[in-house]
Amino acid sequence: MQISGAQMVIEALIAEGVDTVFGYPGGAIMNIYDEIYKQDGFKHILTRHEQAAVHAAEGYAKVSGKVGVAMITSGPGFTNAVTGLADAYMDSIPLVVISGQVPMSLIGTDAFQEIDAVGISRSCTKHNYLVTDASELARILKEAFYIASSGRPGPVHIDIPKDVTAQIADFDYAKPIALETYKPTIKGNARQIKKAVDTIVKAKRPLFYLGGGIINSNASEEVRRFVSMTGIPAVETFMARGTLRYDDALLISMLGMHGSYAANMAMSETDLVIALGARFDDRVTGKLSEFAKNADIIHVDIDPASISKLVNAHYPIVGDVKGVVIAMMDAIADKVEPTRYEPWLETIANFEKLHPLSYLEEEGVIKPQWVIERIGELLGDKANISTDVGQHQMWTAQFYPFTRARQFISSGGLGTMGFGFPAAMGVKRADMDRVSINITGDGSILMNIQELMTAVENKLPVINVILNNQYLGMVRQWQTLFYDKRHSSTDLSAGQPNFTMLVESFGGVGYEVTTKAEFDAALKDAIEKNVVALINVSVARLENVMPMVPSGGSLFNMMLASKEK
Amino acid sequence: MADARRVISVIVINEASVLSRVTDLFSGRGYNIESLTVAPVPDSKYSRLTIVTSGSIRVSEQIVKQLHKLIPVLKVYEHADLVEKEMALVKFPANASLSDISALSAAYNGGIVNVGEETIIVMIADEPKRVSNFLNLIKRYHPKETVRSGSVALER
Repeated sequence: MQISGAQMVIEALIAEGVDTVFGYPGGAIMNIYDEIYKQDGFKHILTRHEQAAVHAAEGYAKVSGKVGVAMITSGPGFTNAVTGLADAYMDSIPLVVISGQVPMSLIGTDAFQEIDAVGISRSCTKHNYLVTDASELARILKEAFYIASSGRPGPVHIDIPKDVTAQIADFDYAKPIALETYKPTIKGNARQIKKAVDTIVKAKRPLFYLGGGIINSNASEEVRRFVSMTGIPAVETFMARGTLRYDDALLISMLGMHGSYAANMAMSETDLVIALGARFDDRVTGKLSEFAKNADIIHVDIDPASISKLVNAHYPIVGDVKGVVIAMMDAIADKVEPTRYEPWLETIANFEKLHPLSYLEEEGVIKPQWVIERIGELLGDKANISTDVGQHQMWTAQFYPFTRARQFISSGGLGTMGFGFPAAMGVKRADMDRVSINITGDGSILMNIQELMTAVENKLPVINVILNNQYLGMVRQWQTLFYDKRHSSTDLSAGQPNFTMLVESFGGVGYEVTTKAEFDAALKDAIEKNVVALINVSVARLENVMPMVPSGGSLFNMMLASKEK
Repeated sequence: MADARRVISVIVINEASVLSRVTDLFSGRGYNIESLTVAPVPDSKYSRLTIVTSGSIRVSEQIVKQLHKLIPVLKVYEHADLVEKEMALVKFPANASLSDISALSAAYNGGIVNVGEETIIVMIADEPKRVSNFLNLIKRYHPKETVRSGSVALER
């Protein structure tokens, strides 16, 4: 088949089953947008900023498990998208991002809207391509989708010069991929698995350390079975929230900087860490030399580079978590003795009793944690929950009753403010039957506020719940705790928009909330009206996220909420 | 965590940008490359890079794994037992003692490779340490210019 490069892009996206592309046109990518106009195989959603296009594709990918696709033009279009690429790279989200580039003859001449896009994206993508001939496009597009979604997933960037999109060449998308240099290890080594299982049955105080890789691997069902059959307690990373149901008796809570006291103490006391798809991030481990000091470590991960990167693994197993967990269950089946962990579970229960995750209600003011619990009570499983970055994000991870994988969508590794709203649009697009909530702050929401237009125009009724404390709260918290209360550039009390007028100017609905009853009414109304909403909730200004492991401190040395006993 | 000298060979697909993928990985992590050589592997679509760097075992293990993760990388070896050679070219003023220089360079698997009106050029090829020794030794002949090729290595 002889078609143009631009047509090839369309054909490939349709062949890959893409139903949504988020993007923003511009000079260098006009040939592709011309073909988008002519086709009806997928819907193109015009965001109002390229960064939002990539975050929307991330949200879409995280909820659907499919590859997210974003399209942008050269130069500033591309540089705006870089934050999204970096975010997807840190959180292992499968994306294919296609950018236009100036024509080949102009590359390297400082042409209008020219930037060395592949040079920039190299360090924040799993792989990237500069397409120099349309005859390469079929192979490159096919490889891109395969690389993005296989192994440890990640974003792949394809930069296509304008003349290549006009060039006519042969297109055969059926040709199989031949990547001799890329063969991710999927199946775990059987001997290593057996050794690990032998260690598990001998351990007295084992602990599952569940990471986001479980969600990427679609292994939460298997992990739930594995946890319940062994009777071994589990902690989740931020990225793994929803792997176990919130009310699973064996789930302690999240661990790490803002993890629960019990989760962090369990990690400090365990004699065997069973890490599944987790990467020992610094926000999880605290001071490395004190992390799980008395434990052997089994580390299952699809990325060999994650194993023994920070914490030495005694039993490294490279492979896809799902397959490895199934193999482990087979090997352990007749050896499990859930009762043997009773003393260990009792110890953990005591930690939980000593310092449960909690907050103190105060008369006349809404506590931010209450809002999250309340959304959980009202919506629970019926909502997908996105967040921005900051205090509200940590409270969501701590207090929302997650019931399933892919329910929680947040920027973990990069910590990108402005992620939540566009991501929640992608989430809505991928899962129209559920309510898409973006829990955000008065700082974060303004970082991609222009997306109100996208959401209204495309009927993506995202409900943004702003926990408004008139501070850049997380930075303010650190300033309070570690900078002697010098609140440098974090007090937003003199810089508040009228959120209701703002959203209504875009055609959405705004709510000003100062009481619990108003919040209930606002949330119910927004759901009923099925509109793009900003619910501006005035919350206690100086609430801190607690407990907390100060940066670089040991997990067992937590700061606890001052008013807790 | 002693920083030891490491020699890493990387077999990559010979395509545009592959070298920057490899070097970005070092620079992005703040690792220094002491020397780097690249040339196509004969009769194949691959190239071979030989990289000399230094770092602790943990750092070099991480480098090897990260190199593996790059899509166009076929193989990565960190050499333990290897034959390692490096070439050097040195330019002397023509009035230097030809016989001394010739004899010296012969001891380092080399010789005079070019004689001009003003300068003579000597080539040697030896282990990197011996190349350094040679370059020290010939200082008294006032070399005008020196170039080292960087190491190439093969496992025994």
